[in-house]
Amino acid sequence: MVAIIDYGVGNLFSLKSSFAAIGVEATVTDDSDVLRSADRLILPGVGAFGDAAAKLRTTGLDKVIIDEVGKGKKLMGICLGMQMLLDKSFEYGEHKGLGLIRGNIRPISDVIPEGLPIPQIGWNALRIKGEKHPIFKYVNDGDCVYFVHSYYASDCDESVIADTEYGAPLTAAVASGNVCGCQFHPEKSGKVGLAILRAFCEM
Amino acid sequence: MITKRIIPCLDVKDGRVVKGVNFRGLGDVSSPVELAKYYSDNGADELVFYDITASAEDRKLFTDILCEVASTIFIPLTVGGGINTLEDFDRVLKCGADKVSVNSGAIKNPQLIDEAAKRYGDQCVVISADVKRVDGKFRVFAKGGRENTGKEAVSWIKECVERGAGEVVLNSIDTDGVRAGFDLDMLKAVCDAVNVPVIASGGAGSISDFITLFKKIPDVSAGLAASIFHFGEVEIKDLKRELADNGISVRM
Repeated sequence: MVAIIDYGVGNLFSLKSSFAAIGVEATVTDDSDVLRSADRLILPGVGAFGDAAAKLRTTGLDKVIIDEVGKGKKLMGICLGMQMLLDKSFEYGEHKGLGLIRGNIRPISDVIPEGLPIPQIGWNALRIKGEKHPIFKYVNDGDCVYFVHSYYASDCDESVIADTEYGAPLTAAVASGNVCGCQFHPEKSGKVGLAILRAFCEM
Repeated sequence: MITKRIIPCLDVKDGRVVKGVNFRGLGDVSSPVELAKYYSDNGADELVFYDITASAEDRKLFTDILCEVASTIFIPLTVGGGINTLEDFDRVLKCGADKVSVNSGAIKNPQLIDEAAKRYGDQCVVISADVKRVDGKFRVFAKGGRENTGKEAVSWIKECVERGAGEVVLNSIDTDGVRAGFDLDMLKAVCDAVNVPVIASGGAGSISDFITLFKKIPDVSAGLAASIFHFGEVEIKDLKRELADNGISVRM
């Protein structure tokens, strides 16, 4: 069973539906017992990093996640959920993340040329880095996925498993050990996105 | 590089998809769920649903349909129509919408944009503007294009973006339903003024209208249309192939 971590941030309807579409049982939950008994965890999230990280801490779910990952449980962060896997974010101040993957979250305006719209909204091609990570088992280099973001993961070169070109290379996905994360939304990326979720469930 | 998006728009009334010419003479087209699935399977990059009903009863029907769509297709969904409060945002987001577009609701209460952007993030808030030329000036219209607000369009859209709107749908009433091409002058004026994605709406009549749009106004992020897709005159797959042949980056 996949547990989608519900900490009061964002819309989990599509995420839950997308697991149903690939025939995988998924539960949306904030119950730490359920999270502990799940085979896999999904850390979703939209909105501002600071608020989300605070919510994760006040609910105590941050500790549960770190604990379970330490025991070898597989975790995928999505969008802001991916960003929270890293050490810290510079979105409106400086906020501490989960520190499961080394790196920082910085505004895309730091690296992209002036004039490009911010946020990056839309479908952009994945550029798979190095040896294909298991979550990309069913997708190809160049497949498009759906992005919506104004911040990106930086200082995490060794963990980048795919990037995308938006005037500059931006981190599209990261992984380290049993933890992975997608900046894009697999639950909104059509067949390619569902294939990534399926591969994660088979990992 | 990021691809140009092709977005079919579904105006939903009484649980059915309708499309008017210059916002009048609505005619029934098809089931929203069927159409949404068809589009998703055939290359649509995103879908926009406009709830053009008014009664609470119909609103419930609309959100039921939205839930059904969101549990069967997995591309981004934007919902607009009747969005006046944060509760309205909540209502459609809970049913699987990814973005919410505000129009008359923001004109009545611009603060709605700030509040929604703060609660749900900028990426969630789309400002949809119905714009028409009056004495040579771009003016914002409210209530489905029926009421001239007197507001100058470019400065209004700029204000909305400053308040936190993460995307703009610019619908030209002058070209809507005429099928003679997008309103390039109006689009250029808006693209030059804001730094968020701008979606062109109103006027698509053929594949070449989209090619012209993306060639002439490269800053436009997406093209939105309704009737040419609903009636099967243009298949999105064919449209995208021709765009790609013309050097325009699209998701195939």
